[in-house]
This record gives sequence, C-alpha cells and structure tokens, in this order.
Amino acid sequence: MRLLKIIDLHARVGEKEVIKGLNLEIDYGEVHAIMGPNGAGKTTLANLIMGNPNYKITSGEILFEGKNIINLSVDERAKLGIFQSFQYPEEIPGVTVRNFLKVAYDALHPNEKISVFDFGDKLLKIAKSLKIDPVFLDRYLNVGFSGGERKKLEILQLNVLKPKLAILDEADSGLDIDALKIVSKGINAVLNENTSVLVITHYNRILEYVKPQFVHVFVNGRIVKTGGPMIAEELEARGYDSFAV
Amino acid sequence: MKKDFGEFNIITRKESGFDRRLIEEISFNKEEPSWMRELRLRSLEIFLRKSNPNFGVDLSALDMDEIVPYLKPNAKKSASWDEVPDEIKDTFEKLGIPEAERKVLSGVGAQYDSEVVYQNIKSKLKELGVIFLDMESAVKEYPDLVKKYFMRLVPPSDHKFAALHGAVWSGGSFVYVPEGVEVPMPLQAYFMMASPGIGQFEHTLIILEKGAKLHFIEGCSAPKYSASNLHSGMVEIYVGEGATMRYSTIQNWSKNTYNLNTKRAVIGKDGTMVWVSGSIGSSKTMLYPASILREKGARAEHMNITYAGKDQHLDTGSKVIHLAPYTSSKVDARSISSDGGWSFYRGLLRVSPEAHHVKSTVECSALMMDDRSASDTLPIIEVMNNDSDVGHEARVGRIREEQIYYLMSRGLSEDDAKSMIVRGFMAPIIKQLPLEYAIEFNKLVNMNFKSSVG
Repeated sequence: MRLLKIIDLHARVGEKEVIKGLNLEIDYGEVHAIMGPNGAGKTTLANLIMGNPNYKITSGEILFEGKNIINLSVDERAKLGIFQSFQYPEEIPGVTVRNFLKVAYDALHPNEKISVFDFGDKLLKIAKSLKIDPVFLDRYLNVGFSGGERKKLEILQLNVLKPKLAILDEADSGLDIDALKIVSKGINAVLNENTSVLVITHYNRILEYVKPQFVHVFVNGRIVKTGGPMIAEELEARGYDSFAV
Repeated sequence: MKKDFGEFNIITRKESGFDRRLIEEISFNKEEPSWMRELRLRSLEIFLRKSNPNFGVDLSALDMDEIVPYLKPNAKKSASWDEVPDEIKDTFEKLGIPEAERKVLSGVGAQYDSEVVYQNIKSKLKELGVIFLDMESAVKEYPDLVKKYFMRLVPPSDHKFAALHGAVWSGGSFVYVPEGVEVPMPLQAYFMMASPGIGQFEHTLIILEKGAKLHFIEGCSAPKYSASNLHSGMVEIYVGEGATMRYSTIQNWSKNTYNLNTKRAVIGKDGTMVWVSGSIGSSKTMLYPASILREKGARAEHMNITYAGKDQHLDTGSKVIHLAPYTSSKVDARSISSDGGWSFYRGLLRVSPEAHHVKSTVECSALMMDDRSASDTLPIIEVMNNDSDVGHEARVGRIREEQIYYLMSRGLSEDDAKSMIVRGFMAPIIKQLPLEYAIEFNKLVNMNFKSSVG
C-alpha cells in the first residue's frame, strides 16, 4: 500500500479546469519534488491533497494509505497525517504560536497527554534547532513576521506535528542562503521511514539540500515527466518550455 | 405553578404602572431619609415626562407595567427553579457553577454563602478605613457622604432610564476609599447581593480620595436570570487626585433582558480610570461607560468586548470627555456578531476648547462571523482645539476563509478554528479581565459559538 496515490485527477477552480488528469504515487519515507512554471497548478495540487474547499475535484481519486480521502474535511486529512506548508502563511492575531501549536498537537495526537510544560520544552528544542528566537513562540501567529520568519515557522510546525506526508509549497522562496540551509535541515530532520515529503518548487535551489528520489515536471495541470534528480538539472538547463505539450 | 405564584399573578393584574404611591411605598419600606424619598419622587416625575432615547435599540416591546410587581416590597421577587429556562441551567452545568450559586444567580435561591469570604475581607477593609456596604445601608449609615455624591454624576434628568433608576433603584454597592489607601484585593459586587431578585436596578457608588487605589469587579459570568426583563443599573465613580480606579464587568444577563445601564466616572488631577467591559448576555443592551476628565493630567482607558449572537442587539461603546489640558484617553472597543446578532459601537470623544495637549486614541474593530450578522461603528469625535493629538481607527471585518483553512490544515475542526480566531480577536481585552473571568468569558463565547454553528 502506498502512502499517497493520486489517480487520474481532474479539478476546477471556479469554471476553470486546472488539474487535467494527474497521476502521482508517493511511498513511505520518500522525497518527491514537483517542479513547474508559475501558474501551472502546483499550489492547486497541494490544496487538493489537503482538501481546500475552494477547489472542486471533478473526477479521479486521492488515496491516502489506501483510503479515498476526497470526501474528508481538511482537519480529518490533517488527522490522517497530511500537512501542507504555505507559501504565504496566514496571520492569526491574538493567538500565540505556543498556544496554537499546543491545540494543534492535541488535536492531532488525541491519545497522547502532553503537559504544557513538556510541550514547552519540546518547542524550545525545535526552535533552537531552527535558529528561531524563542521570543517568537509567544508572539501572535505570523503577525508581523517577515517572509523568512514565516517560512521557518512553517518548518517548526512540521517538526512539532510530525505528519506522515508533508507537502511543502515553495518552502524556499524568499530565503537567503543561510535561512535556506536551516529550513532544509528542518525538512530533512522529519524524514524517516514513516514520513515522506513532497517539495513543490519553481527552482531547483532547495533540491541541493533536500534530496529528492523523484522529480516530477508539472506543466499545464499534468505531470509530463517523472524521473530522478537529474531531471531537475535538465530543467534548469532547458527550461520548462521544452516540456510543454 | 407554585402557590406563592398565585399571589404574584394577582399583583401583576392589579397594577396599572408607576405612581407616587408605589415609589413612596418603596422608600417607606426601605426606611429612607426624606431627601432620598424626594429624589425618588423627582426622578419619577422626570421618568413619566421623558421619552425613550431616539437612538440605540428598539424598546417598543418593553412593557414598563410588567416590572411593577417586582418593585413591590412584599412581592415575591423570585421565580421557582422549574421556571428557569433550560438554556440557563445548561450553561450553569457547562460552567460548573455550584448548585447553591446557581439558585442565587437565577434569582430563585437564598443568598449564597459569600459571607465567610466576605468576613475576612471586612476586617481588613476596616483596618484600612475603607467603607464597603450595600447601598441601602450606606444611605442610612453614611447619609452625608451618600447625599453628596448619589446621582450627582448622573442626575435623573440625564435620560429616561436614569430617571427610572432614580425612582426605583434598589441594592448595589457603596465603596469609599480614604486618601492614600490602596485596597489590596479586588472588591466584588456579588458580596453585596442582599437578597434574591435585587440587581435589576442596583446602584453602585464608588469614591476614591486622593491617591487611593481600587479594583472593583461587577457581575458574574454565569447568566443572571430574572423573570422581569429590564435591568437598568447605574454606576457612579469619583476618582480623586492621583487615584487609580479599575472597574471590570462581565455582563451575561439572560437572553430575555433589556439591559439599559448607565456608568460614569469623573477623574481628578492625574487620576486614572480604567473600564474593562465584556458584554455577552441580554436581548438588547445600551451601555456606554463614560469618563469625564475634569482636571489636568487625568487619564482614562476603555476596553470593551461585545459578543452579539442570535437575536441579540448590543449597542455598546464609550464616552470620553476631555475638559482639562494634558488629559489622555485610550479606547479599544471590539465586537463580534454571529448567528444573526447585531453589534453596534457607538462612541463619543469630545475635547473641549480649554483641554489643550490632549492625547487620545480610539480604536474600534468589529468581526462578523457570517452574512446574517450585522456590525456598525459610529465613532463621533469632536475636537475643539488645535493642540491635541487624536488618533482614530475603525475596522469592520469578516472572519477569513484562508485563516480557517490554515488552522484546519493543522488539525483543528472548523468550529475550533473559528473559535480560535474569535478568541484571538478578543484576547487583548480579555487579558485585562481577572483570570477566572477571562477563562469563563472564553468558555461562554465558545458555548454560544458552538450552539450557533453546530
């Protein structure tokens, strides 16, 4: 049984068909990269897997650990172990990072009773590993955070919540080289035989640090080519146009 | 129906409304001095003459005659536990309010046992020279002090319901803090709940002498139920030179109540007045705590949170009047409307010509949970000189789908996501409430919220 299996997926945003027959399989412990030009529908794919209600699946299936999830709500999918990191994470005024993550953690781990104190320790440790100043833990979620800080916070969440499948949407955009290294280290830290990562990116910069076994070229709502890491370099050299169909 | 309720019903049918006889009877039964009796009668005259306010909530369904039996000194004020609506009982259950307290709060039980707690506080206050009494006793025991201040800040002529209050007031607290005394613990209004049923027209009078300091807490987060549906209380606060007063309120009247309340403070030189108000109950509310900054250097802070749910119209706000130079004020008013509720922010900031070098900021923000709910803001700002620094910001927003999606992607259900956003929106105000009230207010909002969405 695969962790994720997408079969002939078609989807619309409003009246426009944006995913046009997409197939994708991800196994446990794998790193996949989806590369494609802007506007190809990469973020849409992330939203579809997570269950964003603004996107309508017209046909096809999304199987997660063998179960079709297309009728599940967003939080139900999160509880199954799906995580999406956002290119532009939302601000939630009045809610501290610490409180938010405790609530999220408890929701995702209903059988584990972790005390506020132990949870604080855990947070602090992860924050330090990502070179996030602990004062951020008591700030309001993403409020007044720079682009880079938000990105790091997404990776902090990833490390705290430990999903089975992490879909990372443009996790590297807007980061300087030092921040990119830290974020990549944070992504690699969750990788193990139970956790897989789907990196969605426009450039292959992050793929130097987060090594994918599979690279998918995504153009015009479909995966047009799948291969090993070499494809990323090929794309870099030839551009997306050569894959356009 | 219970036996003693028969008597109650007869009174209802017999009474034809307010008259001098009724007011005199109230005064007589309370054994009041003549000045108070006259104040009541004068108030009655004004009440009968004045018309309803021409703004705010719709009062057309408010039947004044209905409340008359509650004013009868010998009338059975309390209802029976069976008549307390299930919704209220349910809330008690969810909040974990002890049985005895529930009965008092719903107006059907005897006074609950705050006496023990209060005894300890009493001796401490006595040592400090602080007077803390129920209002009726204060009228008798400190007539000169009470006469000097009672309804001087809000005279009966202020508006129709101030006049009504003047005529029929009953219960409430009196606090006097002498010069330089800091009261070391918050004083709570419920210590002064003299008998069940009281609290419809309670009068709170607080006097802080020079350099005194007090935190007073009014109300209770558990819903107060009363078969009579009008609450028209009054709060008058005198903040002396360099004194600091903090007044925290949680209003959670049952959903059949008209809550028409008047609260006003006057602040002396370098004094500070802080109002923290949370309104969640009642069917209709009109409440605009006012600060009159009378002398140089006086400060006022108003922090309001209003949550209007199903069938509620809560018209709340603040009034700040700068009469002296170098006075400052800060207003942070937030409201939430959900499930068809209507919240209205009505604010007045006035800076008089002689009040130069005033600093003031007014911020009002509203969050609408759905398309059926409504929110209005009407901040009126009048600045009569050119040497003042006045800032204003108003925001009306909706809860954003993207925010809900973000939180749901981390495992929160839709309800929990919305409620987290709402709690975040309220947080800066809620943080100002005493901890147990803050926790309970959040619980109440969650409950209201969940009943509205699911």
